[in-house]
Amino acid sequence: MYRYDEFDHAFVRERVAEFRDQVARRLSGEMTEDQFKPLRLMNGVYLQLHAYMLRIAIPYGTLSSKQLRRLAHIGRVYDKGSGHFTTRQNLQFNWIKLADVPQILEELAEVEMHAIQTSGNCIRNVTADHFAGAAADEVADPRVYAEILRQWSSLHPEFSFLPRKFKLAVTAAPHDRAAVQVHDIGLHMKVDDKGERGFAVWVGGGQGRTPMVAKKVRDFLPEADLLSYCEAILRIYNLEGRRDNKYKARIKILVHETGEAEITRAIEAEFAELQGKALTVPAPEIERIARYFALPDLETLRARSEVYETAKRDPAFALFARRNVHAHKVPGYGIVTISLKPTGAPPGDATSEQMEAIADIAERYSSDELRVSHEQNLVLPHVKLDDIPVVFAQLQKIGLGDANAGFITDIIACPGLDFCALANARSIPVAQRLSERFEDIARQAEIGDLKIKISGCINACGHHHVGHIGILGVDRKGEEFYQITLGGSGDETCSIGEIVGPGFSSDGIVDAVETVVDTYLKLRISADEPFLAAYRRVGQAPFKEALYAR
Amino acid sequence: MAKKKDFHPVAATANDLRSGAVVFREPDGRWGTEARRAEIAETPEDAERLLARAKADHDSCIVVEPVLIEMAEGRPVALRERIRDTGPTAGIGRTA
Repeated sequence: MYRYDEFDHAFVRERVAEFRDQVARRLSGEMTEDQFKPLRLMNGVYLQLHAYMLRIAIPYGTLSSKQLRRLAHIGRVYDKGSGHFTTRQNLQFNWIKLADVPQILEELAEVEMHAIQTSGNCIRNVTADHFAGAAADEVADPRVYAEILRQWSSLHPEFSFLPRKFKLAVTAAPHDRAAVQVHDIGLHMKVDDKGERGFAVWVGGGQGRTPMVAKKVRDFLPEADLLSYCEAILRIYNLEGRRDNKYKARIKILVHETGEAEITRAIEAEFAELQGKALTVPAPEIERIARYFALPDLETLRARSEVYETAKRDPAFALFARRNVHAHKVPGYGIVTISLKPTGAPPGDATSEQMEAIADIAERYSSDELRVSHEQNLVLPHVKLDDIPVVFAQLQKIGLGDANAGFITDIIACPGLDFCALANARSIPVAQRLSERFEDIARQAEIGDLKIKISGCINACGHHHVGHIGILGVDRKGEEFYQITLGGSGDETCSIGEIVGPGFSSDGIVDAVETVVDTYLKLRISADEPFLAAYRRVGQAPFKEALYAR
Repeated sequence: MAKKKDFHPVAATANDLRSGAVVFREPDGRWGTEARRAEIAETPEDAERLLARAKADHDSCIVVEPVLIEMAEGRPVALRERIRDTGPTAGIGRTA
């Protein structure tokens, strides 16, 4: 893991002291809300429906056991005993008192955490593949580059007041688990014919009220040019991005209005000015950063574990192994997904007790490492296959042994109207009811891979545009309605879901989703044809017919 | 302010500056956490006065983001405000 150096420690502590003073001045009346609001947002403090919300950055979703324990502690002491993992690999506390925030930030700083870049019109916390550093299919660890981007972008003076927020994601495996094509900049690492590492560069993707798949402006950018090229993109955006209309201020609108060819030309021209100068990332520096992300000392093991294979005689474990364990780059190890989607629970929530238990498991069985996924789950990246049956048993004890990763109940949902000041409709209760409707794990297994994503407003924090089944909550004359989109995907075959027809009432939405699922089961060629493939083969018509035919 | 014939009774709500808690202005000028105890303005003129007092409390650093919300039978009319009054409808769910 990346460790703070002297500069990082000093910087974060100074920032905490600065904010402590700002909070004191606000509470004493020395500072007005208008003066204070931009300052609190720069420190991740929002005012939501019920209280202040503190969003804590988890860079590229990587956590240590010590850090997770500290989050559990903060949840217990300063919140209501739980935390909410978000679709940007961060963690939110929903019941925070403003007066407590400086102390919380100080306690976070002790474990090398903060809340910077979790709000405001700056470059936000960089996200990455949640299997980074462990995945069998990655060509490099994308967190190395995410960290280089973090160091470059943190409080970058030129990019602290952009037209709007700016999100970057990095992945380094052919299968894109980081949804890079729906980010302002998406970086998809690959290796060329000469064995050199570089990136396909995607620009102008995003969700929100105007969903767009990014345009590929470079097929192969050498890794040394990473910062120069990103700086070029940001400069074009900072100069040309719209500031007259908040809803047209994201770079996706600039790319759309300018056109792919012209925006590419402009970026390349700016890059030509920057290339080969101060922002070139020297190979030794990449290697230096990479050492922070070196694999832990893993044992030399046989690829096949008899303990693991024998445990599969238990059908529950066999399903867990099939759904929640992914291939590790080191023989004899696996990557374990901890589903934060038990039946009827709010997606992404974990109690302080659960966090502490997971921290203990990670410390003992996963080289002290954890990841947060943008799908609102936790990941144990380095677990011996021999140990996975024990880990499974321990997860079951804390109510988190569900073998539903990637199934229909592995739902992404934003906080929605239950918590969020921007929301128009509730998301979590819809997720909970869907989770209960499809609780039968045999039925989930029969349905197979199916991603449901739910947003409570057009800002799309629940990523509904890229859900195989997307659900958007809207307010219609004071009543909640839910619009269904079909065929979205956030992976390397990225697509924006299509609205299937008029929305459904709160009472009708779960039945409507079940109708979509039943229609899929009837029309699929075989059990090997997943929902998304079937939808892409047959299109919207049979689903529309099933949903709206009288 | 709405014309008299379109007017519905309103209460003043905000968040407590220090804790962020949802609060409603009560008849004695204190801010409490239950909508049913809120002062209700029955006329546009009373509503204007209520909002002015709420804004004064904002300026005095007692509350933030004060607004008027429609009330009926002692509770907020809009779902959003009912959730603010009574809390999230989604619980933590199954735990260990």
